[in-house]
Amino acid sequence: MRLSNKSKEILAGPFSKNNPVIVQMLGICSALAVTSKLEPSIVMGISVTVVVAFANVIISLLRNTIPNRIRIIVQLVVVAALVTIVSEVLKAFAFDVNKQLSVFVGLIITNCILMGRLEAFALGNGPWESFLDGLGNGLGYGIILVIIGFFRELFGSGTLLGYQVVPDVFYQWGYVNNGLMILPPMALIVVAVIIWVHRSKNKDLQEN
Amino acid sequence: MNRDSNTYTIIYASVMVVLVAVVLAFTSQSLQSLQKENEENDKRQQILRSINVQIPADEAKAKYDELIETSFLVNEQGEKIEGDAFAADVAKAFGEKTYPVFVARVDGETKYIMALSGAGLWGPLWGYISVNDDRNTIYGADFSHAGETPGLGAEIVMPSFSGPFTGKHIFINGEYKSVAIVKPGKSVAGQDYVDGISGGTITSQGVDKMIYDSLQGYVRFLTSQNQQEDEIIK
Repeated sequence: MRLSNKSKEILAGPFSKNNPVIVQMLGICSALAVTSKLEPSIVMGISVTVVVAFANVIISLLRNTIPNRIRIIVQLVVVAALVTIVSEVLKAFAFDVNKQLSVFVGLIITNCILMGRLEAFALGNGPWESFLDGLGNGLGYGIILVIIGFFRELFGSGTLLGYQVVPDVFYQWGYVNNGLMILPPMALIVVAVIIWVHRSKNKDLQEN
Repeated sequence: MNRDSNTYTIIYASVMVVLVAVVLAFTSQSLQSLQKENEENDKRQQILRSINVQIPADEAKAKYDELIETSFLVNEQGEKIEGDAFAADVAKAFGEKTYPVFVARVDGETKYIMALSGAGLWGPLWGYISVNDDRNTIYGADFSHAGETPGLGAEIVMPSFSGPFTGKHIFINGEYKSVAIVKPGKSVAGQDYVDGISGGTITSQGVDKMIYDSLQGYVRFLTSQNQQEDEIIK
């Protein structure tokens, strides 16, 4: 299926110029919490993508019926229900992954990206665009998580996805894993470095 | 219809809540048996890991039935009492002063597996620890957590943490000492110890306290049996 230019823009925008984490500064909290290892980062990225895409579709379908005064509550209920379903399904079919993510699945509910997209996009656009928007933003968020997770696990534990990648020889030569990489502050610094690189390539995003 | 009227808002909210409740109840009901099976297999895997047997979830039941000879509950006096050790919720059982024991037979030797329950930094910790038939030397251990920090406290599940417990002693000269968790590189006099997790200090302290508190309830079971056997030998 071919996507129109507008759809492409909606889908691909959040990858770079409109990235939820490094441009809009949303969802930083979970970017700190789950990225000390690569695997939870990937699963978290996928889970958020699924939830935000479907929540966007549902809210978009309901957008002409939702009473204005309780629209935030309606959005929360939809998101909470979806997250609960995702968590139940993971428990039944991917028990190990669910154990790893533990509390963080529940915390998807509080991810600012979800509320942000529902409020800013799904309430004013059709279901198909909303689905693409959700997909794009979820993946844009996921990419950043994977990048942070990659560097934190590599330098913090010397492993990737649990497999050792730094050769034993390095350790014999006196190389030591940087324990600071596993701690939350380093996630902030890695995010900052990504933002720095990103902005120096996209001059129009720079603020004076 | 006026979307801003109170009636519409209240009706909308009620209908939505009922619908969501139905959907969630249905999901939960239809997945419950699968989830229960997963949980039970996970528990079997944990118990098996405490006797150094690592197998995938789908083989856990067969292996568990093969290795675990019997399981029972004991009270603080170390006497067997009525109850299902496997189905028992460990934290609850401890609250009622009952303690699950699993007896395994590995390579012709008897191992006693005891349950642990405590608290870490963010939530509950639990685990299983097995001793040789001298009821003192640790044969293996396994730890789990509900929500410790990945890369830090969550490292207690790794074999690199639980492995060193093997060969440590719970009693020193007949006195209950438990096994201490210390900062890597530090040591402690008068009892056996293993290294904690760097950066996971509070979780490590939680494990330390969990082992001490949980095994406390088993002291009579571990010692009384020795005396009985001694008497039989005499």
